[in-house]
Amino acid sequence: MKRVGVFVCHCGTNIAAAVDVGEVVDKARLERGVVFSAEYPYMCSEAGQTMIANAVKEHNLTGVVVSACSPRMHEVTFRKAAAKIGLNPYMLEMANIREQCSWIHKDKDDATKKAVSLTSAAVAKVHLNTPLFAGESPVTKRALVIGGGIAGISVALDVADAGYDVDIVESTPGIGGRMAQLDKTFPTLDCSACILTPKMVDAATHDNITLHTYSEVESVEGFVGDFTVTIRKKARSVDMKKCTGCGACYDKCPAKKAPSEFEEGLSNRKAIYIPFAQAVPNVPVIDREQCIKFKTGKCGLCETVCAPGAIDFEQQDELVTQKYGAVIVATGFRPIELGKFGEYAPESKDVLTSLEFERITNAAGPTKGALVRLSDGRKPKSITFIQCVGSRDTTPRGKAYCSKICCMYTAKHAMLVKDKYPDIDVNVYYIDVRSPGKNFDEFYRRAAEEYGVNYIKGQVGKVVDMGDHLVLQAADMLDNRQITARTDMIVLATAIEPLKSTKPIASMLTASIDTNGFMTEAHPKLKPVESPTAGVFLAGACHGPKDIPETVAQAGAAAAKVLGLLSKSKLTTNPCVAAADELACNGCSACESVCPYGAIGYEDRQINDHGVRGNQRLAAVNTALCQGCGACAVTCPSGAMDLLGFSNRQILAEVDALCR
Amino acid sequence: MQEQLRILAGKMLADGRAARVLGWKRTDFETAPEPSFFTAQDDLSELVYNKYCAANLSGFMIGAGKRDGVTVVFLKPCDTYSFNQLVKEHQIDRAKAYVVGVSCGGNAKVEEMEDVGWLERCLVCTKHDHVVYDELVLDESLSRPEAQDRFGGVTRLEGLQSLERYEFWQGELSTCIRCNACRNVCPACNCKKCVFDSAKYDTAAKANVTTFEEQLFHIIRAYHVAGRCTDCGECARVCPQDIKLQLLNRKIIKDINELYGEFQAGQDTETLGPLTAFNADTDAEPSIVHTRG
Repeated sequence: MKRVGVFVCHCGTNIAAAVDVGEVVDKARLERGVVFSAEYPYMCSEAGQTMIANAVKEHNLTGVVVSACSPRMHEVTFRKAAAKIGLNPYMLEMANIREQCSWIHKDKDDATKKAVSLTSAAVAKVHLNTPLFAGESPVTKRALVIGGGIAGISVALDVADAGYDVDIVESTPGIGGRMAQLDKTFPTLDCSACILTPKMVDAATHDNITLHTYSEVESVEGFVGDFTVTIRKKARSVDMKKCTGCGACYDKCPAKKAPSEFEEGLSNRKAIYIPFAQAVPNVPVIDREQCIKFKTGKCGLCETVCAPGAIDFEQQDELVTQKYGAVIVATGFRPIELGKFGEYAPESKDVLTSLEFERITNAAGPTKGALVRLSDGRKPKSITFIQCVGSRDTTPRGKAYCSKICCMYTAKHAMLVKDKYPDIDVNVYYIDVRSPGKNFDEFYRRAAEEYGVNYIKGQVGKVVDMGDHLVLQAADMLDNRQITARTDMIVLATAIEPLKSTKPIASMLTASIDTNGFMTEAHPKLKPVESPTAGVFLAGACHGPKDIPETVAQAGAAAAKVLGLLSKSKLTTNPCVAAADELACNGCSACESVCPYGAIGYEDRQINDHGVRGNQRLAAVNTALCQGCGACAVTCPSGAMDLLGFSNRQILAEVDALCR
Repeated sequence: MQEQLRILAGKMLADGRAARVLGWKRTDFETAPEPSFFTAQDDLSELVYNKYCAANLSGFMIGAGKRDGVTVVFLKPCDTYSFNQLVKEHQIDRAKAYVVGVSCGGNAKVEEMEDVGWLERCLVCTKHDHVVYDELVLDESLSRPEAQDRFGGVTRLEGLQSLERYEFWQGELSTCIRCNACRNVCPACNCKKCVFDSAKYDTAAKANVTTFEEQLFHIIRAYHVAGRCTDCGECARVCPQDIKLQLLNRKIIKDINELYGEFQAGQDTETLGPLTAFNADTDAEPSIVHTRG
C-alpha cells in the first residue's frame, strides 16, 4: 500500500472562498493509504513546495496528491518539486478543485463536497500510479515558417540571424503579405513599402533562409524537435534558376483578364505575372487557368520572348520533404466577404473595402494614386467611412470580436485624404473609437481636431447607389437624429478573419483553433506565442487581429521561444504513451487504424502465455511517435492497449471513487 | 446437397488438399447437429447439411488457421460475412481456409429439440449471396421465408418512452443466467482474455454482487462488438432464455448506418469500419477551444 500525502491549496481566495479547505484536508485523511494531509494558501510557492518536500521525507510518502488548480497550470511545477526530492514525478497527481470546482460553484457546501470527491478520485488514482521515466528525443536545428508576410519574415530573420536554418513557405508567388498592399502605416504615416521591402530582400538573401513561394504545406508528421514536413512547390511554369526577372514575358502576354489578387481585383493582371513590381522573388508565375497556351495549346508567346529560356510549360508540382525542430504559423488574415451586408451596397463600384481603398491611395495602385470614383473616374467631393462592418456584430453574419486595426487605419485614411485634398468632405461613422496603442489616441485626435475629419457616432443603416452619387441613411447617436446624406465614395472598415487555410494547417499540426477560426495560444497570459501543441508557435494575425507593431513584437517573441527550443541538444519525451499488453492483444489492427500519428505497427512475435508458446501478431507502439492521445486505448476491444499514466484501471478507480 | 458436400469433402481429404473439414455433425437429435472437424474420410457419413445446421462455423476458423494445413469450411451466405470480418481483423489465416459456400433456405428455430418455425434472423435475412468463397455448392430449389424489416423491432423500441424501454430491457435482461453462451458463440468475441473474465479489472467481482447482467453485461458486450457485428444472429439463437439480444446489436448497427452511412460489417476484407477508420484529411478537425463567456 502506498503512503499518500494530500496537499490542499487555498490559491489565495480563488479556492478558499468557495471551498472549505479544512474540510477537504480532514476528509482526505480518511481516504485509504493517506497518512498525511495539509493545507497552504499558495501551494505552488517556494514555501508550499518546501512543505511538500518536508512531508515526503518525514512521512516517507510514496504518492502525493495536490488539490489545487488545473494540471495544465501547475502539474509541471509540482512534478519538478517531487523529482527534486527523489520521488518519481509521475507518483504525483493533481486534483483540479479550482477551474473545475471553486470557480464554477457558488454554494460552499456543494463545492466542498465536490472538492472532497475530486481529491478522493486523485488518491484512488495515485494508488495505481507507477514510476514512469522520460526518454530523450533529438532536436532538428531548423525551423519552418508558414506564411511569408511581415510576421513570417520577422520570425525568419530573427531565427536565421541567430544561426539556424529557416524555411518560409508562402502560398502566393511572392513574400510580403498584407503589409505589401498597404500605402502608409499608422500612427507614423511612414511608407509601408519603404520599411517592408528591405526586410523582404533581407529574407531572400539571407544565407540561412530558404524561400518556398507558391508553395503549400502538404503534410506534417512527427512532434516537437522532430517534425517531418512535406511541402508542395506548385508548378510555376517558370524555371527559377534560369529566370532573370526581365519581365519580357508578362509585357507580351496577351491574356490580361485575370483580376489581380494584389490589387484586390480592382485591376487585371496577365496570365503570366508577378504580384507587384517589387515582388520577391522577382520570378513570374503562369496562372494555368488563364493562360491561353494551357487552355487552347496555342500561343506560347512568353516562351518565344524569354531570352534565357526559363518558361517551362511541362513543369510539375514538386514535393520537398524536410525535417524541422519547430514550426511557426504566420498565415495572417483576410477581410470577410460582404455578401451578407447588402445594406451597404458592397456591389457598388464606389463602395470599397478599406483594403481596396488602400490600393486606390497607393501611387503604385490601379489608379496610380489618383483618388477617383471607380464608376466614372470623377474626383469625389465627399468620402464616408463606415466602421465596424461585420466587427462587434453578434448576429450570425458578423464577427463578435473587435477587428482592432480598423479605428486606426480609418483615421489614417481620413487624414491622408484631408492632407492631399482639403476640399473633400470626410465623414466617419463609428460605434466607439478604440485607440489604446502607443501614440494612437493622439493620432485619432489629430484626424478629428486638426484635419477636420467629421466623426459621427452612429451606424449606417442603408446605402443606395444613385449612379452619380451615393445616398446613405444613418443615426447620429449623440444628436439623436436621423441623417440622410449624399456622398461620392464609401469605405467599409471590413472585419478581418483568419485565412481559410488556417484550419487545415491547424489540423495537420494538431494545434487548436478558437470558435472564430483563429489559432489558440497555449495560455492567454503566460504562453501567448505558443500553441498548445509543443513545438508549434504563433505569430501575427492568424492568432487574432493585430496591427503591425504587435505582429512584429509577437514574431520576435515567437523567435525567442523557437531559439530556446533549437538551442537544446535533446528534449525529454512524454512517458505517458500507449503500451500494448502482449498477453491480451489479438492483433486485430483496430488501434492501428485509429491512430492519428501512425505510431502503431504490427509484428509477429513469439509469446509465452503461461508456458504455452506461440506466434502472435501483436501491436507495437513507436513511443517516439505516440502523443498519448489515448484513441487506441478506447478502441481496443480486448483492453490490451493502455495509456501509461492514464491506464484504464486508473481511470476506472477514479470513477469508482467519484461514484462512492 | 448433403451428398455433394460429403463427396467434395472426401475428395479434398483424399488428395491431401485439405487437412480437415469443418462442418456439421449428426448427433442423437436430428434437430441439433453440432459443429465438428472431420479428418478421416470414413467419418464423413456423419456430415450433415439441413435446415438445422444453424451454427456459424466462421469463429472456429480462428483456431483452425493456427493448425497445419488447409481447412475446408462450409459457410452459409450470412456466415461468410463473419468470415470476412475475421479476415479483416487478422484473426483468420485466409490462405489456410478453403471456403465452400452453401445455399441456405433458412434455419429452423428449435425449442426443446422441437422444430417451432424459423429463426428470427432468417425472417429478416437479406444476406442472400456469399461475399467470400473458393467454391460454391448451390441448390436453387431452396426457398427462403419472405424477409421482414430487420430494424422493425428497434424502431418500435425507439418509439417507447425511456421508462417503458427501461422496463422492457429489465424484463428481458433480468432473465439472464450468465451462461455466457452468447459470448462464447459470437465470432466477434475473440479476445484472448475476455474483459468479464480478466483479473485486470474489477468487472468479474462486481458481476457477482450487483444487478450487473441486467444492467451492464449485455450492453458492454454489444459495445465491444459495435461496428464489427455482422448481425449473424448467433447470440440470440443460442440464448437459453430467449433474450432478444439481436435488438441491442441492431440498435447500434442502425445508429451507425444513420450517423455514418450504410455499413455492413464483413462485406469485404478491406473497408475500415466507421468507428475504427481515421482519415487525417476528413476526420481531423483542430480542437476548438471555447472561450469562457
